[in-house]
Amino acid sequence: MNRRVVMNQHGERNAFQVRLAAAAFFILAMFGVLVARFVWLQVMQHDRYLTLAEQNRISLVPIPPSRGIIRDRNGVVLAHNFSAYTLEITPSKVGDLEETITRLKGIVDITPKDRRRFKKLQEETKDFETLPIRTKLSDDEVARFAAQSYKFPGVEIKARLFRQYPLGESASHLIGYIGRINDKDIKQLEDDGRLANYRGTDHIGKLGLEQSYEEYLHGITGFEQVEIDSGGRAVRTLKRTPPQSGKDLTLSVDIKLQQMVEQQFAARRGSLVAIDPRTGGILALVSQPGFDPNLFVDGIDPQSWSELNESLDKPLLNRAIRGEYPPGSTFKPFMAIAALELNTPIVNQVISDPGYFIYGGHRFNDSKKGGYGSMSFDRSIALSSDTYFYQMAVQMGIDNIAKSMAMLDFGVPTGADLPGERPGILPSPEWKKKRFKKPAQQKWYSGETVSIGIGQGYNAYTPMQLAHATATLANRGVMFKPHAVQSILDVATGKKMIVEPKPVKTMPWKPHNIERVIRGMEGVMTVGTGAGVFRGAPYVSAGKTGTAQVFSLKGAKYNANAIKERLRDHSWFIAFAPSDKPTIALAVIVENGGFGAQAAAPIARKVLDYYLTGKLPPDPAALAASAAAKASAPQPASTVSAEVVPRD
Amino acid sequence: MIKHLWDRIKRPIDPWLLLFIIFLFIVSSVLLYSASNRDLDKVMDKVTFMGISLFGMWCIANIQPRVLMHLALPAYIVGVILLLAVEFFGVTSHGATRWLNIGITRIQPSELMRLALPLMLAWYFHHFESTLNWRHFVGGALIIAAPFILILKQPDLGTSLLIASSGFYVLFFAGLSWRFIGLMSGCIAVFAYIVTHWDMCINVLHEYQCRRIATMLNPMEDPLGAGYHIIQGTIAIGSGGWFGKGWLAGTQTHLDFIPERTTDFIFAVYGEEFGLVGNCILLILYLLVIFRALMISNSANTLFGRLLAGAIAMNFFTYALVNMGMVTGMLPVVGVPLPLISYGGTSMVSILATFGLLMSIQRDRSLMKG
Repeated sequence: MNRRVVMNQHGERNAFQVRLAAAAFFILAMFGVLVARFVWLQVMQHDRYLTLAEQNRISLVPIPPSRGIIRDRNGVVLAHNFSAYTLEITPSKVGDLEETITRLKGIVDITPKDRRRFKKLQEETKDFETLPIRTKLSDDEVARFAAQSYKFPGVEIKARLFRQYPLGESASHLIGYIGRINDKDIKQLEDDGRLANYRGTDHIGKLGLEQSYEEYLHGITGFEQVEIDSGGRAVRTLKRTPPQSGKDLTLSVDIKLQQMVEQQFAARRGSLVAIDPRTGGILALVSQPGFDPNLFVDGIDPQSWSELNESLDKPLLNRAIRGEYPPGSTFKPFMAIAALELNTPIVNQVISDPGYFIYGGHRFNDSKKGGYGSMSFDRSIALSSDTYFYQMAVQMGIDNIAKSMAMLDFGVPTGADLPGERPGILPSPEWKKKRFKKPAQQKWYSGETVSIGIGQGYNAYTPMQLAHATATLANRGVMFKPHAVQSILDVATGKKMIVEPKPVKTMPWKPHNIERVIRGMEGVMTVGTGAGVFRGAPYVSAGKTGTAQVFSLKGAKYNANAIKERLRDHSWFIAFAPSDKPTIALAVIVENGGFGAQAAAPIARKVLDYYLTGKLPPDPAALAASAAAKASAPQPASTVSAEVVPRD
Repeated sequence: MIKHLWDRIKRPIDPWLLLFIIFLFIVSSVLLYSASNRDLDKVMDKVTFMGISLFGMWCIANIQPRVLMHLALPAYIVGVILLLAVEFFGVTSHGATRWLNIGITRIQPSELMRLALPLMLAWYFHHFESTLNWRHFVGGALIIAAPFILILKQPDLGTSLLIASSGFYVLFFAGLSWRFIGLMSGCIAVFAYIVTHWDMCINVLHEYQCRRIATMLNPMEDPLGAGYHIIQGTIAIGSGGWFGKGWLAGTQTHLDFIPERTTDFIFAVYGEEFGLVGNCILLILYLLVIFRALMISNSANTLFGRLLAGAIAMNFFTYALVNMGMVTGMLPVVGVPLPLISYGGTSMVSILATFGLLMSIQRDRSLMKG
């Protein structure tokens, strides 16, 4: 028995040693394979790899692709590329850099500004990268340098593509711009695994569609394997993989409409967003003032930058998606549909409107002194009765209001295909708890609900959000995501990808409730606050005026001349037409424009006229001048209709 | 007095292993000085870590294997729990969830499993030593499967395969049937065939993994992207020739062409500067370490010791092979450091911890003899 165990153990030991021997054999075999690989690389292929190592840094030259072109819906070019010659230096191949640049100055014109820019580039990059010292050389300069290039090893002339925005400031906030790739971009590209595709590319989309469609616009980098002699000149190309150009974008935007609106704004600040409610396609997206995107392409000079950045008018702010304003009375149609859906008692009542509303011991004034006497649901929208909506808000309660408005994407970005959209503020008790730190501030006071009802208080939305909600109402509750790009064209294959309009959601509204609100909004245009501006329109439209109170001058510098104008209310207008089958919905805000009917409604009228009848306003310059005159007049006489006094 | 102290310190230390480790450390420090572009701080960093790791090794070597056996099951269970925690609360970076945030630092539980799995399996087979049959191997396979699947899900194919292989070595030494091994080799061959063909691969693995394999087979397909590492690594090694370009004279290295040249790709630096002769010397050093470990395994007096020592030897070999295979373009690029040579504290500490285990097993035997 005992003997057997010992035998057994002995047998096990033997078996184990066989395993150990097998492992040792396996190890030797694998290391043998490694040695064979070393011999192959280091002995058999040594010459080849030595050559490659010596020529390594220049053996692979990336060829950047040309960037996709951006066009409007009618094919008008908004962003394209042009080829120009640049003079480029590779610092690692140049002995004395300062001396070389000084000698180059004798041949081409290099300004101190060029030198400063080059120096800055050099600090940001590695020495073996090739950097431009002068861009856009004249033919004459090219010829002169070519004749003497042999004296300048490490300096070469290259044909490069430059981005250009032919319309300058027009639609600048929509299109955005490209700029030099910085460390932050590199990190982002690395995280996305796209960095390799940017070798040889200096620029990247920084704002607007140039940024949000970067992946499509950029294209695929090609490369060239070249043999190079000791002087750094390419001897022959061993292999070439051509780059694939970026894809072209066609927008749903009509640039003629866009420019017409820009002219209407003239020197005023503000924004307009027009959407095709049937698809969500953006027809115009204006944020005034704009800026010239061409300034950014080659690195903006410090002076232009500080002018743009420090201007009181904030030309770099995209008001359409980042400007947050109280919606004022343009909020009322959305309140009205919510009240109908909730079957709030007031919608079936005629109330008495004395011109004020008492709640919790506070007096909330109507913008019409003395009030309207009796007021029904259907008249309350057209005449914009505050008293009626104060009561409506109280009856609905803040939770119901917040829930109904959240459905319309108030308080969240609409998801438009533009980067940097702000969410706005949809006030609610929950929001207040998150927004404020002190418990005393976190409490929701029922009196606050009253002013929410007429779009004041904490309410703040972007023109995009209002246009989006207006389009949803116009489309009878079927919501589309706003988008500016209509189709994406692959130039190489000719394949066109249409951006399919997808309904995001459908509001659970009852059709007769929708029609009732729209009838009210039609009333705005015929007998209500917009009637003066829309008299004689050859189509039936629906709209709503609004006035946003300006509380303070946050962050703006004190300026005695500007302050009076900048304290004036913002003028809002939302509209869509034709009201039974709308093809356009819009929201306009004119900052410090006064009442809604005063500044914003006339712009809306022109947009609808142009879009539905093809008629451009007769003389933009004269119109702009008269509009400016009107804006500064104390009483807008031309907008007063006989039936009612236009109040907001 | 001093002699007495030295006797106490060295008692559990295997002099041969220590000698080989020190040789490797010298190679590593000299190489790091070159790879880091003469960054003495980095070299000092490494030397500090060596000291810490050696101390850790000595501490573990002082623990009796019996104690280690008691640790096996808890370590394995803790490891699996941590991996499960990663699944639910893990930190995600570059699309993979591999880390746990424990306040002061992030830990990667798969690192713990490298040690815990072979320990667990060795204990398991030791426990059933006298009654071993095929059912126990099925149990062993299940013990491997749990961490393997959890790590595979992170996703981290490289680490999960390495950990599974460390488990497999224990099964192998415990007497896994040759027929089964043959069958498995066949399966692996079929799998390898599938993954090396893009259209079949995409059904089996993540796209990035397929891309790595495709790139390895033909680096010129993506010379600016993933293929860049392999192309530059092979150019560096190939241009080294018989004797290399000399210490500090590698052009590939010093012109910034080798990515991660102090860590995973440090072998490219070595191959460029020390050539074929240097490579063979390094292989011999590695072989000495591995064969010493196999000898310890052979002479261990318990099945636990034999299995653990054998698995440690094979693991060390696998890491060296995978790293060198990857840098020379024979294997796909996986994040495996070159054992004891690459810069990086974690891998050195864990490798020396396994050597501590080896020494503990070795001492146990000599104590019995004495």
